[in-house]
Amino acid sequence: MKSENGIIRFDLQIIASWIEPGSKVLDLGCGGGDLLYFLKTHKQVECTGIERAEAKVAQCIEKGLSVLQGDINEEVLDYPDHTFDYVIVSQTLQQVYEPDKLIQSLLRIGKRGIVSFPNFSHWGIRLQLLRTGYAPITRQLPYEWYDTPNIRVITIKDFRKFSRDVGFKILKEVAINTNSHDRHGNIVTFLPNLRATYGIFLIGKDQSS
Amino acid sequence: MSEYIEHDSDGISVGVVKKKFFTFAEPPHEMTLESGKKLGPVTIAYETYGELDADRKNAILILHALSGDSHAAGYYREDDPKPGWWDIMVGPGKGIDTNKYFVVCSNILGSCMGSTGPCSINPETEYPYGLDFPFVTIGDMVQAQKALMDHLGIKKILSVTGGSIGGMQVLEWCVRYPEMVASAIPLATTTKHSALAIAFNEVARQAIMADPNWNNGDYYSGPKPDLGLAVARMIGHITYLSDESMRRKFGRRLQDRSDFSFNFNADFQVESYLRYQGTKFVERFDANAFLYITKAADYYDLARQHNSGSTVKAFSKAGAKFLVVSFTSDWLYPTYQSKDMVQAMKKNGLDVSFCEIEAEWGHDAFLLPSERLTALMRGFLERVYNEI
Repeated sequence: MKSENGIIRFDLQIIASWIEPGSKVLDLGCGGGDLLYFLKTHKQVECTGIERAEAKVAQCIEKGLSVLQGDINEEVLDYPDHTFDYVIVSQTLQQVYEPDKLIQSLLRIGKRGIVSFPNFSHWGIRLQLLRTGYAPITRQLPYEWYDTPNIRVITIKDFRKFSRDVGFKILKEVAINTNSHDRHGNIVTFLPNLRATYGIFLIGKDQSS
Repeated sequence: MSEYIEHDSDGISVGVVKKKFFTFAEPPHEMTLESGKKLGPVTIAYETYGELDADRKNAILILHALSGDSHAAGYYREDDPKPGWWDIMVGPGKGIDTNKYFVVCSNILGSCMGSTGPCSINPETEYPYGLDFPFVTIGDMVQAQKALMDHLGIKKILSVTGGSIGGMQVLEWCVRYPEMVASAIPLATTTKHSALAIAFNEVARQAIMADPNWNNGDYYSGPKPDLGLAVARMIGHITYLSDESMRRKFGRRLQDRSDFSFNFNADFQVESYLRYQGTKFVERFDANAFLYITKAADYYDLARQHNSGSTVKAFSKAGAKFLVVSFTSDWLYPTYQSKDMVQAMKKNGLDVSFCEIEAEWGHDAFLLPSERLTALMRGFLERVYNEI
């Protein structure tokens, strides 16, 4: 995932660029800790991660990160309000059973949330379904319907609607075109819901509600 | 904890080491125990490996479990057949790297391995204390270790680590002397014994006390309660393993025979193993020390200890960075107990890492060679060393 020269995945680069140096960050589903390690070494961020897989947790701790093994939905409940400046859910929301609850916890324990997910309304996916009639398999979502960990299909448009339904605010939004392991990509501004492979959102509490 | 003392497979070791002794609390300045009783003089056996930095910031304190001692690593003689009990983890280039850190392993108060305990001579009677030895707690053990660290001139400990009852001492250190502890690695441990753990300890104690040789703890001039202590050890051993590890290690295999003997000899391998462990144990351990230490472990309750009513409140006094590790097949201190302490640490905003290592060997897993555990400890220690 991480290259030798320490450059992280393109989507993670965007997330990292949104984070203020020296802030306190929680990464839910942090995997092997690439993003946290980057934030710690490049932005002096005080970071914590939560990850389910023992091997990945170990990988993180071995490289000097503070990471807990556990289920993100349960682990978020223990933190006091406003513990973090940012809580990140990177490419994990599509695997969460109760995304609304998770988002609410996220905005309880953090001042800001950063959420990214593969955009299911990319034209390639639409075309695949239309043309073949099979559940789409892409480089971003490379699973059969029966072995996928991704139990939710989310589109960029859906997420905007979700923010209104659940009652949180989208503070920043970037759509990108990249493959899941790429360090390079580009930002999509024209017809993102159709042309972007990933959506990344900075969210906050809706002060009006 | 069991004994898994094997030579390092790569032959790496701290080399020949020496057991040292520190005596303090000479009358009239006796140590006041948690029970209110006074004890003195107090001797603590300890060993050190590696060198203390000029700025004294590289000290690691290792705390042992029930039957352990100060001999964590190395050999007492060139031809010593076995190394210390954690030689796989402690040594040059190992998880706890003695090239980098100054490692202290302290024997516990109440033990029979060189520190003051029930088999030590009572200066008033010039005869072993026996049951006149006052009850000591995990807190008292830690108080004595603190005196040792003061004696060694260590004001800030880079990391305190240990498993099982050693892990309880780790937690106690963090809450009792928070200003001294930069980080802590409690392994396969708990903030308080479950009813299950107390039950096994009680059966073990009853086995000792039912041995007529025990004689109310006064056996130092006659035959020792070896049978009782051996049975106590056998019970302990069952709790250190797991259903799966016993199935793999022994199954229903018979020992040196092809059919049942139809008598009460050790037919099964598991019987033979337990008897062997029991017999071996009585050669080196004191029955009264076993009673005192198991009771101290049963009494331990971090929340109660600090009059805080809850584990969450107790940890509000702590300031260390934590690495908590549990093992999947540990049924003596199951993972939920580690998760409870992790939860309490999180609620206090403490920096905590937690990993549940998949291991089939039960509670003993923390003592067995594990690349995972070694790598976790190495990575965590390196980080806290850089951050101190």
